[in-house]
Amino acid sequence: MSQSLNRLKESASQTAGPYVHIGLTPNFAEITGVYSEDLGTRMVNDKTKGERITVKGRVLDGTGTPLRDALIEIWQADADGLYNSPSEMRGTADPNFTGWGRCPTDMDTGEFRFETIKPGRLPFKDGRPMAPHITFWVVARGINIGLHTRMYFSDEEKANGEDPILGRIEHKVRVPTLIAKRDGNTYTFDIHLQGENETVFFDI
Amino acid sequence: MSSISNLKPETGAFFQRDREWHPAAFTPGYKTSVLRSPQKALLSLDNTLSEITGPVFGHNILGELDADLIHNFAKPGESAIGPRIIVYGRVVDERGKGVSGALLEFWQANAGGRYRHKKEGYLAALDPNFGGCGRAITDEEGNYAFRTIQPGPYPWPNGVNDWRPAHIHFSVFGHGFAQRLITQMYFEGDPMIWQCPIVKTINDPAAINGLTAALDREATIPMDSRAYKFDIVLRGRRSTMFENRMEGN
Ligand SMILES: [Fe+3]
Repeated sequence: MSQSLNRLKESASQTAGPYVHIGLTPNFAEITGVYSEDLGTRMVNDKTKGERITVKGRVLDGTGTPLRDALIEIWQADADGLYNSPSEMRGTADPNFTGWGRCPTDMDTGEFRFETIKPGRLPFKDGRPMAPHITFWVVARGINIGLHTRMYFSDEEKANGEDPILGRIEHKVRVPTLIAKRDGNTYTFDIHLQGENETVFFDI
Repeated sequence: MSSISNLKPETGAFFQRDREWHPAAFTPGYKTSVLRSPQKALLSLDNTLSEITGPVFGHNILGELDADLIHNFAKPGESAIGPRIIVYGRVVDERGKGVSGALLEFWQANAGGRYRHKKEGYLAALDPNFGGCGRAITDEEGNYAFRTIQPGPYPWPNGVNDWRPAHIHFSVFGHGFAQRLITQMYFEGDPMIWQCPIVKTINDPAAINGLTAALDREATIPMDSRAYKFDIVLRGRRSTMFENRMEGN
């Protein structure tokens, strides 16, 4: 016998279910008057530094059908690569940029859309720079535990080529599942839950 | 999200998630998971700054009635129908440390088991005074509390006769984006817990017990509300004391 480590187990995940909007975006679910606005709706304001971009896409199931009841959250660094978080030790992030957004997929089209800025680069654990990226978290009915992934940018070929995380993907044919395509100021990032083009999801 | 408040920086990576304790992605008893579950192995990565950091929410976002679902959607002077309860507890991490400043968002059906949602098809009546959402932020020790009515069980299309046990959905923000968690709280003594295909996506009965709130007579408010205690555990962090410093930092 020995002393106990006294560790607890993380609360087990359960699906967000079909009514996740009631809790996380009640105004979108037409429950008005409880909160003045849904959290995570606005990521930028007039003073936010950086290049304005739109990030849009859909979440597709194993038949290629878009999910119309999913909810996406994104988390990203500011234009200088700094996070608006108390655990950011490298400097102070742009106070006019939250870095966090939340968007339900459209109930008809299944599309999500974020108005944000392009993030800067920041270091990997060993100091090598990571390519600009946005962290995604996807929940929905039928998803038992939230799915983490990352979106990279198609116009950052050189940075993507030296990114330590993309470099960890064994099957190179899967790397493009994480790269959003640029068209004007809009990046399109479709997330495939299953199938030939299944997005690389992370255990982080 | 303006005030980053006085939370201390925490720069350690999170403990690895126990994927056998959590439900698997593919759980055919819960039919919707079949086409919505990744089939390929997840890419395992130690946390980088992108996962160690996370958004922080200040108390300034909270309205007076956000933690009172009996009144936050009700007409003035009226209240939601159903058994009045208080749900309270503590958010801690796997090391047992209280998680301060955690944002909890919760949602639930009304006392009849009906959600206020366009896509809801159950014939139980809507309660005009019940919206079904609320939120709270934990105090310095990780404590939270809210007032609501006990939700009813409801049928759902899966098997021809599947019912959800009474439950409250919880979304939790800890201090890092990798701690992000959505789960459900069940009620002690409910025999329907063990029949539910969504509960059964979890293999270990201990993990299910960990989602089951205990009736707490000592926290009950006499002649007013019964109390259920529901503690939530988020991923712990590794200590940074002996970790290699990042080059150039
Ligand atoms: Fe539910």
